[in-house]
Amino acid sequence: MDGIAGKKPGLVWAVHISVFLLVLLWLFPTVGLLISSFRTADQISNSGWWRSMFHTEQNFTLRTAPPSEQVHDGGLYVIEGNLFGEGKDAEISVWGISSREISAFQPGDTAELRRGGEITVQSNGDYRLTNFEAFSGSRGPRVFATAKTPPEFTMANYVTVLTGGSSDGGMAKAFFNTLTVAIPATIIPILVAAFAAYALAWMEFPGRALLIAAVVGLLVVPLQLALIPLLKLHNGIGIGKGYLGIWLAHTGFGLPLAIYLLRNYMVGLPKDIIENCKVDGATDFQIFTKIVLPLSFPALASFAIFQFLWTWNDLLVAKVFLIDATGETTVMTNHIVELLGTRGGNWEILATAAFVSIAVPLVVFFAMQRYLVRGLLAGSVK
Amino acid sequence: MHPALQGLLTIIIGVGGCVGYFYFSNQFLDKVLFPARGPNAGSNISRANMIRPWLFLGPAIIALGLYLAYPVFETIRLSLTERVRDDYAWVGLENYSRMLGEPKFWEALKNNMLWLIIVPAASTAFGLLAAQLTDRIGWGNAAKSLIFMPMAISFVGASVIWKLVYDTRPVEQQQIGILNWIWLKFEGGFWSVIFLQIVPAIILLAFAALIAYACYNFAKPLWNNRRTGPGRIMPVRVLVAVGGIWLVFLSLESLLSLFTDELVFGKPQTWLTVPLWNSFFLMIVLIWIQTGFAMVILSAALRGIPEETVEAAIVDGANPFQIFFKIKVPQIMGTIVVVWTTITLVVLKVFDIVFAMTNGQWETQVLANYMFDKLFRANDWGVGSASAMVIMLLVTPILVWNVYSARKEMK
Repeated sequence: MDGIAGKKPGLVWAVHISVFLLVLLWLFPTVGLLISSFRTADQISNSGWWRSMFHTEQNFTLRTAPPSEQVHDGGLYVIEGNLFGEGKDAEISVWGISSREISAFQPGDTAELRRGGEITVQSNGDYRLTNFEAFSGSRGPRVFATAKTPPEFTMANYVTVLTGGSSDGGMAKAFFNTLTVAIPATIIPILVAAFAAYALAWMEFPGRALLIAAVVGLLVVPLQLALIPLLKLHNGIGIGKGYLGIWLAHTGFGLPLAIYLLRNYMVGLPKDIIENCKVDGATDFQIFTKIVLPLSFPALASFAIFQFLWTWNDLLVAKVFLIDATGETTVMTNHIVELLGTRGGNWEILATAAFVSIAVPLVVFFAMQRYLVRGLLAGSVK
Repeated sequence: MHPALQGLLTIIIGVGGCVGYFYFSNQFLDKVLFPARGPNAGSNISRANMIRPWLFLGPAIIALGLYLAYPVFETIRLSLTERVRDDYAWVGLENYSRMLGEPKFWEALKNNMLWLIIVPAASTAFGLLAAQLTDRIGWGNAAKSLIFMPMAISFVGASVIWKLVYDTRPVEQQQIGILNWIWLKFEGGFWSVIFLQIVPAIILLAFAALIAYACYNFAKPLWNNRRTGPGRIMPVRVLVAVGGIWLVFLSLESLLSLFTDELVFGKPQTWLTVPLWNSFFLMIVLIWIQTGFAMVILSAALRGIPEETVEAAIVDGANPFQIFFKIKVPQIMGTIVVVWTTITLVVLKVFDIVFAMTNGQWETQVLANYMFDKLFRANDWGVGSASAMVIMLLVTPILVWNVYSARKEMK
């Protein structure tokens, strides 16, 4: 194939460009959310995230300093300052003092306020309010400005989401809850499955083929079927909703894949080693712990990654077996769904919360991609 | 006790308990029950070896039985009963008939069928395309890992990501969803016709042609007397042919509506509330996630193709497209089927995406979400279990096929 492509440089370029476009298309949505999580609420709602890298022209609704800061200067009451606050590099192109005419004035123009007095706004946002009588009220007048602002990013959203209460995000608690669910639910099935997989791979006993077939069959049973009967069972034996219940449930649901993956791997281990050990008088238990388990590390790692991603990302099992009416044990996925309902328009909270929950799986994914791919191949290619 | 501490304790107890169980039960078997000493040493060893597999398998069998096998039968029972206070009364098939009478159920079933056709097909097709393209360039592995990345993202996270893409603002404000921003660029002029009518029309036509061609090939043995496969798969051929004709019909119909429908230009659309289209917008999320999976598997399969077959085709003067469709694809057909069925299983259980994005409103209901609604909102365990059984029924052919091919392989 390379030979042909080499003869036609046009085709090679076409391949490069189409792969580039495909990758771009696939990354685009995620990048959008990532960038949004570093922008302020105002920025998000004023311009699309794809324009955040450039100087953007936005409409701002700003206020001058309140009348409490006015100074008396030679018969005039004056309020001075910068509309954008200090240290922001913005350039106003037009401005106005009414929401109906936001582009009535040029920078440097002077406008008469309805409540009396005059305001002058410079292109960098400096303003000067003057009046013969004292300004009254608690807030300064509004100024509508269309300005070019440089790209600006902030970590404030992450601080809010991680430290705030549950209405602001409250992701810290949900994060630890998710971790509490995921780690035991990953480790316990591995151990149980490894022993079973060894028996199915290297021990002779009647009914072995039937058991393997059963595992393959259970591999595809939708866990939807298990929800009600198991909830009933858990309530019946007094576990109720809680961590123990969800650990057990994840263990049960993860076992078929674990046994299937590990058995397929163990069957492929060299027969000589195991038979030599048997001849030397090793028991099955010793062979398993000293020979088979260390050799199966790649398969164990593959399954561990699968199970970790699955338990971390799960919503349904957590909703049914863990989260009770108090909501104390909420996990991140559930919390994000609730935020979608209550704060659907607050993208700065949503985007940040989503990224807090996505971060750990992404790290695991990029660090251990090799094992993940190997597991996928062992699990589905026959 | 703090849950994290409780978790740590559970790991220690769980792992320690498991190791302890396996170690001591083996010790007990070898040292106490059937010691390899004394007059019966020989028979004791063989007896111990007969029991040992069950010691190894014990916990797994109990967990599998209790958490997967028992619920299947319990769900069947629940779907035939009704909860009367704390008791269960036998009602026969009444739950099923009640479910069949609900329009929401039919909506869910219809949507599920659409999902079942489109998501596996699109994911596999994109995956195959990505696999074939990335295998031929230097930075292919980096590209692959980026396309594969959505696999690590939860369905809920993906829903948030795509909700931003589909976001809608009132017309006088700046659009922050990229889809609406692009939409507003169209104004009914030349480019709008190209991108909104000509290009989709070409894609639809190509799709219809591809389906028709595949079905023709698949159904050919029906009228050719030359039987190529076992007679048992004849009904499957008929089924596939009928499904294919329906798909071709559907795509031609939408082709027609493409040119007859008035498009509303210049107005931001709330994409997730437009019936039928919104289902497609939800499907895109799952396709986006599953393409990476299909790509990884298919790329490994493509690499496994013997070089000689490709070289022979090159010598015979085949062009790259012929090599791909006539040499490579037929050789990885088995893997394509595996990928297809695996994605089908994911689709059947799809819940999180619909739950997070629309919760089944605006005619986007699917079976898994319908079931969740019934079980935990309406608290109707009978109908909920009945709809779970429908999902099970849809999974069963794949289950049977998997068990069948696994057994064939073992022999």
